[in-house]
Amino acid sequence: MVSGLTISERQRSMAVLIVLAVIGLVMAAAGANRADPMQAHGFLVLLFSLGVLCFVLNGYFEPEPSATRLTSYYDDPSKAGIVIAMLWAVFGMFIGDWVAWLLAFPDMTFDAAWSSFGRLRPAHTTGVIFGFGGNALIATSFHVMQRTSRARLPDQFSPWFVLIGYNLFCLLAVSGYFLGITQSKEYAEPEWYADIWLVIVWVTYLVLYLRTLARRKEPHIYVANWYYLAFILVVAILHVVNNLAVPASFAGAKSYSLFSGVQDAMTQWWYGHNAVAFFLTAGFLGMMYYYLPKRAGRPIYSYRMSIIGFWGITFFYMWAGSHHLHYTALPQWVQTLGMTFSVMLLVPSWIAAANALLTLNGAWDKVRDDATLRFMMMAAIFYGLSTFEGSFMAIRSVNALSHYTDWTIGHVHAGAMGWVALITFGSIYAVVPWLWKRERMYSPVLVEAHFWLALAGTLIYVFAMWNSGIIQGLMWRTYNDSGTLTYSFLDSMVAMHPYYVARAIGGLLFLIGAIVGCYNIWMTIRRPSGASALTDDALLPANLQPAE
Amino acid sequence: MDIAHHTLVAFAKSFGLFYLLAMAAVALLYACWPGNRSRFDKAARDIIEDEDKPWR
Ligand code: HEM
Ligand code: HEM
Repeated sequence: MVSGLTISERQRSMAVLIVLAVIGLVMAAAGANRADPMQAHGFLVLLFSLGVLCFVLNGYFEPEPSATRLTSYYDDPSKAGIVIAMLWAVFGMFIGDWVAWLLAFPDMTFDAAWSSFGRLRPAHTTGVIFGFGGNALIATSFHVMQRTSRARLPDQFSPWFVLIGYNLFCLLAVSGYFLGITQSKEYAEPEWYADIWLVIVWVTYLVLYLRTLARRKEPHIYVANWYYLAFILVVAILHVVNNLAVPASFAGAKSYSLFSGVQDAMTQWWYGHNAVAFFLTAGFLGMMYYYLPKRAGRPIYSYRMSIIGFWGITFFYMWAGSHHLHYTALPQWVQTLGMTFSVMLLVPSWIAAANALLTLNGAWDKVRDDATLRFMMMAAIFYGLSTFEGSFMAIRSVNALSHYTDWTIGHVHAGAMGWVALITFGSIYAVVPWLWKRERMYSPVLVEAHFWLALAGTLIYVFAMWNSGIIQGLMWRTYNDSGTLTYSFLDSMVAMHPYYVARAIGGLLFLIGAIVGCYNIWMTIRRPSGASALTDDALLPANLQPAE
Repeated sequence: MDIAHHTLVAFAKSFGLFYLLAMAAVALLYACWPGNRSRFDKAARDIIEDEDKPWR
C-alpha cells in the first residue's frame, strides 16, 4: 500500500504521523500530571501514530509508483475501508448482542466497571454507526465519486489521511467509553479533543470530494454524489455546532457544553435527528443510487424523482429534530413544527424507496437469483417501513405511547439493521469483486446464507421490540379503579424478559451473518484473480442456449 | 441577545412559509424542466455503461 504513494507523499505522511505522535505524548504527559483519563488517550494516540509510522517506514524505500497509475482509479483506500468496516461490524454487533443479553440477564457485566450497561451501549452504537457505517460510507464514496466523475482521486495522501484519521477518532471514542470518558450526548459522546480531530479529518474529506468532482468529465453531477456530499457537508455542520464546548482544562478530558437547559436539549436532538438523516440515510441513499442500478444493470427508474426526493429529504429533515422532545420544556410550537415536518418527510422518503423498487420492477428474476441484489431490495423495503413508522411515531399522541419504550428501539433497528446494514452488505458484496477484479464473490451460497441470517435476525429483533414496546407502553398507562397505576415498573420489566431473550437471539443470527460475510470477503480477496475464478463457471458450455 | 418567543413564531409563520414554498418550487422546476430531461437520462445511463477508467 505504501508503494502506491509517491516519495513526497510518504514524507508528508511521516511528518503528519510524527506531529500526531508528539501530540499524543503531550496529552499523555499532561494527563499523567493530573491523574486524568486523558493520559490513556495520549498513549493511544502515540502508539497509533507510531504503529502507522512503522508501516510507512517499512515501505519507504520501495520504488515510486509509475506514471501509468494515473490511467486507472485509485482503489487501495476503498479496499482497506471495506475490510475495516467489516471488522467494526463484527465488533459493534458483538457488543450490541452482549447488551441485548445483558438486558435479559443483568449479571452479565461480570462486576466490572468497564462492562456496565452505560459503557457498553455507546460502544455498540458508535461501533456500528461510526465504525461500520462510517467506514463503509467513506470506502464506497471514494469508489463512487471516481466512477461517476470518471476522474481519479486527485492525490494519494488525502484519502489515507481521511480513512486512518477517521478510525483514530473511532478508537478514541470507543476506548473512551470503557474508560468512562464521555460528554453524555447520545451519538456525540467523544470529548473535545477527539471532536477537534474529527473536524480536521472531515474537512479534508469534504475538500477531497470537491477536488475529485472538479475533475469530472460531464458537467452534470450524478445524483449519488449529491447524497454523499450532503452527508459530508451536513455532518460537518452538525458536529461542529453540537460539540461547541469549553474544556474544564486543556490537560483533562472533561468539557462543558456551551448550551444549557432546553437549548442544549434542542441542539442535541437537532444534531441527533440529522445524524439519522444525513449519516444513516443520505449517505446510504448515495450508496443505493449507485450500486442498485449498477448491480441490476438498469438505470434508475426515475432520475427526476431522485432529485425531488433529495431536496425534500435535505430540507425537511432539518426541522424534524424536535419530535425527540415531545412533552418537554421545549415550547409547544417547536414540538408541533417538528411533528409536521416529520409527517411531511414521509413523501421524499417513500419517493426514494419507491424509486429503488420500481428500478427492480421487471428484473424480479435477477432479484430472485442474486442475493446481493436482494439485500438491496430488502433494504429499500425496510427503508420504506421505518420511515413510515417514524412519521407515525412523531405524532405527539402516538409518541406519548412509544417514547421511553422498546418501540423506539424496534424503530431504530428496523432502520439500522433493515436499511443501513442491509444496503451496506449488498453494496459491499457488489463492490468487492469489482475492486479486487474477481469474477464474483468466493461463495454465492454464503452470500445467500448471510441474506437469510440477516433477514431472520432483523425480523426477530424488530417484532420482539414492537411487542415488548407496546406492552410496556400500555402497562405504564393502565390505571385501576382507585386511580393509581395497576403495574409497577418492575412488573413491566418481568413482562419484557421473554422479548429480550428473543431479541438477543435475533441479534445473534445477525452477528453470525456478518461473520459469514467477513469470511466470504476474505476468501474472495485471497483467491487469485483470473483463471481459478473461472473454474466453476468453466464447467458450463459457453453460450448456453435456452431450449426451443 | 434575547429574542421573544412570539417574535420567533411570527418569523417562522411568515418568512418560513414562503421560504419553504420557494425552495420547493425551485427544486420542482429544476427536476421537471423539459430541457433537463436528456441530461438526466444520460446521467442515469452513463453509470451503467462506463469504461472503468478515468477520462484523462
Ligand atoms: C447484531 C445486531 C444488533 C444487536 C443485537 C443490537 C442490540 C442493541 C441493543 C440491545 C441496544 C440497546 C437497547 C436499549 O437500550 O434498550 C441497541 C441500541 C442501539 N443500536 Fe443496536 N443492535 C444491533 C445492530 C445495530 C446496527 C447495525 C445499528 C446501526 C447501524 C444499531 C444501532 C443502534 C442504535 C442507534 C441504538 C440506540 C437506540 C436509542 O437510543 O434509541 N444497532 N442495539
Ligand atoms: C421519515 C423518517 C423518520 C422519522 C419521521 C423518524 C422519527 C422518529 C421518531 C419520532 C423517533 C422517536 C423519538 C422519541 O420518542 O424519542 C425516532 C427515533 C429514532 N430513529 Fe427515526 N425516524 C425516521 C427514520 C429513521 C431512519 C431511516 C432511521 C435509521 C436508521 C432512524 C433512526 C432512529 C434512531 C436511531 C432513533 C432513536 C434516537 C434515540 O432516542 O436515541 N429513523 N425516529
